[in-house]
Amino acid sequence: MGVSGETYTDGVTSVLPTTAGVDEATRSESSLRRFLHGLPGVDQVGAEARAASLATRSIKTTAKSWAIDLAISMIDLTTLEGQDTPGKVRALCAKAKAPDPADPTCPQVAAICVYPDMVPIAKQALGSSGIRVASVATAFPSGRAALDIKLADTADAVAAGADEIDMVIDRGAFLSGRYQAVFDEIVAIKEAAARPEGADKGSAHLKVILETGELVTYDNVRRASWLAMLAGADFIKTSTGKIQPAATLPVTLVMLEAVRDFRDTTGRQVGVKPAGGIRTSKDAIRNLVLVNETAGDDWLDPDWFRIGASSLLNDLLMQRTKISTGRYSGPDYFTLD
Amino acid sequence: MPDSSRIDVRKTYKLFIGGAFPRSESGRTYVAEDAKGRFVANAALASRKDARDAVGAARKAFAGWSARTPYNRGQVVYRIAEMLEGRRAQFVDEVSQSEGATARKADSLVAASIDRLVWYAGWADKVAQVVGSSNPVAGPYFDFSLPEPTGVVAVVAPPDSSLLGLVSVVAPAIVTGNTVVVLAAEGRPLPAITLTEVLATSDLPGGVVNVLTGRVAEVTPWLASHMDVNAIDLAGIDDAELARDLEVAAADNLKRVLRPRAETWTRTPDLSRMLWALETKTVWHPIGV
Repeated sequence: MGVSGETYTDGVTSVLPTTAGVDEATRSESSLRRFLHGLPGVDQVGAEARAASLATRSIKTTAKSWAIDLAISMIDLTTLEGQDTPGKVRALCAKAKAPDPADPTCPQVAAICVYPDMVPIAKQALGSSGIRVASVATAFPSGRAALDIKLADTADAVAAGADEIDMVIDRGAFLSGRYQAVFDEIVAIKEAAARPEGADKGSAHLKVILETGELVTYDNVRRASWLAMLAGADFIKTSTGKIQPAATLPVTLVMLEAVRDFRDTTGRQVGVKPAGGIRTSKDAIRNLVLVNETAGDDWLDPDWFRIGASSLLNDLLMQRTKISTGRYSGPDYFTLD
Repeated sequence: MPDSSRIDVRKTYKLFIGGAFPRSESGRTYVAEDAKGRFVANAALASRKDARDAVGAARKAFAGWSARTPYNRGQVVYRIAEMLEGRRAQFVDEVSQSEGATARKADSLVAASIDRLVWYAGWADKVAQVVGSSNPVAGPYFDFSLPEPTGVVAVVAPPDSSLLGLVSVVAPAIVTGNTVVVLAAEGRPLPAITLTEVLATSDLPGGVVNVLTGRVAEVTPWLASHMDVNAIDLAGIDDAELARDLEVAAADNLKRVLRPRAETWTRTPDLSRMLWALETKTVWHPIGV
């Protein structure tokens, strides 16, 4: 595998795969393995220290207001529970359209994330608001089902009107080194996510969930990120939210480096979505700092960075209210969800 | 007589929030002095964010504490009295040092504080019997009214009576099931700080009582305007203009406000400090025929 060195503004020198190396990678199973194992290892201590040092940035006043509004507009408001009802999904959609009913200047969230059977309800409730409907698919959250079932699951969600598909990778295959199987599966799901002829906007956006909590090492996170991007992912997402640990800062840092390096090599931009465990405004703002300092401000946009969360929104709204009214707010003034 | 070759152990105390002892978020401290203006210890100087954290901790503790049986709450408050009794000598020293009282006077104040806790502990399972009622109504309903805790109560402790005054405002609020954020007497924080050590080792769940030390003028406006505080006791405000401003700020979410009033803390109290932070819930229950 050919590599080239490049130094970034943050002082980190990254060893990038070359375009030729990327082309070669997808040619056969052995070249894919060679490519992924040839990726430079992640310095665990360094990544954790860098994430921790960026987490100490103090964001105040107008910058904080801006960051809070941006974070709200990046949220994939999520409900993925067995006890979800159409009523709950409709309530969540109403909240997505007007997060703070008392303040019309409050931005909308980016998307609603639900199980496939709730897609038609969410689609109807959101109407022409411009908020996307994301559906998990492919035997979420474990990803343990036969390929044809996963494909049917995906096609079903797209037919119901999902704008985005959040698929899970087969961690069993990934961890046992069957990279080609994971690669082929992502490619197949991407095809299944294509809309029928004549429908608008081409295919549904594909977000690939790596479930970093099960990948164990940062090296694996980097490999899985590259694998998903090579296979055509539009977004790489940290977690299902069902496994702890979920979206930790160092994991998000490694993934942001991967999308940055991928764009430098191939010219294609891929989005990142941390999900699970981001509950406070402080956590959200730390993630935004990480984005800005790692991938750059091209990614500071709801099209390229999303936050999968449910309770985070209320905390952001409370902070927003505190800034606009000058007094602390309380959970009583926002919806329970 | 202390051994002159020994260096003083100078203490820097911390806040008491959610059952833990954090430093002030701001990192600030101030010097607590004795009645003659000599250095006693460093106390944490709480900021608005500490007040916010304390309210958050109190809110979190409210569901569990208010759901306990009144009998159990009474036992817990009695346990605080037991623990206070066990450290009586230390409290006598600190009260005498902070208030400049004679040892004899301080001893009687500490004893009164312990008795006050026992007195309120006894009321825990009786207050509903006294102020609750079953109401005669013109229909086939069993109709009854019960007192319920209002929620998070902010308390500004009296500046003059550093232990007895503090106990007299905190005990009645928690015994009925409220959770409390208390700002200790600004100039005499030491007995309040030592009381937190007693609270932490009693059976009181973390967050039921949260103690801040700091400036009244700095912290109280944030507590008064906080939308998640349900009631505020202005016992320790001796500035009439500040009291008025706080009352105005408290009106935003219709907080219950207890105005400052002249109190003799040594006198046996009436029920008013328990009742002001209670709400009455009336239930109409159909009677089968």
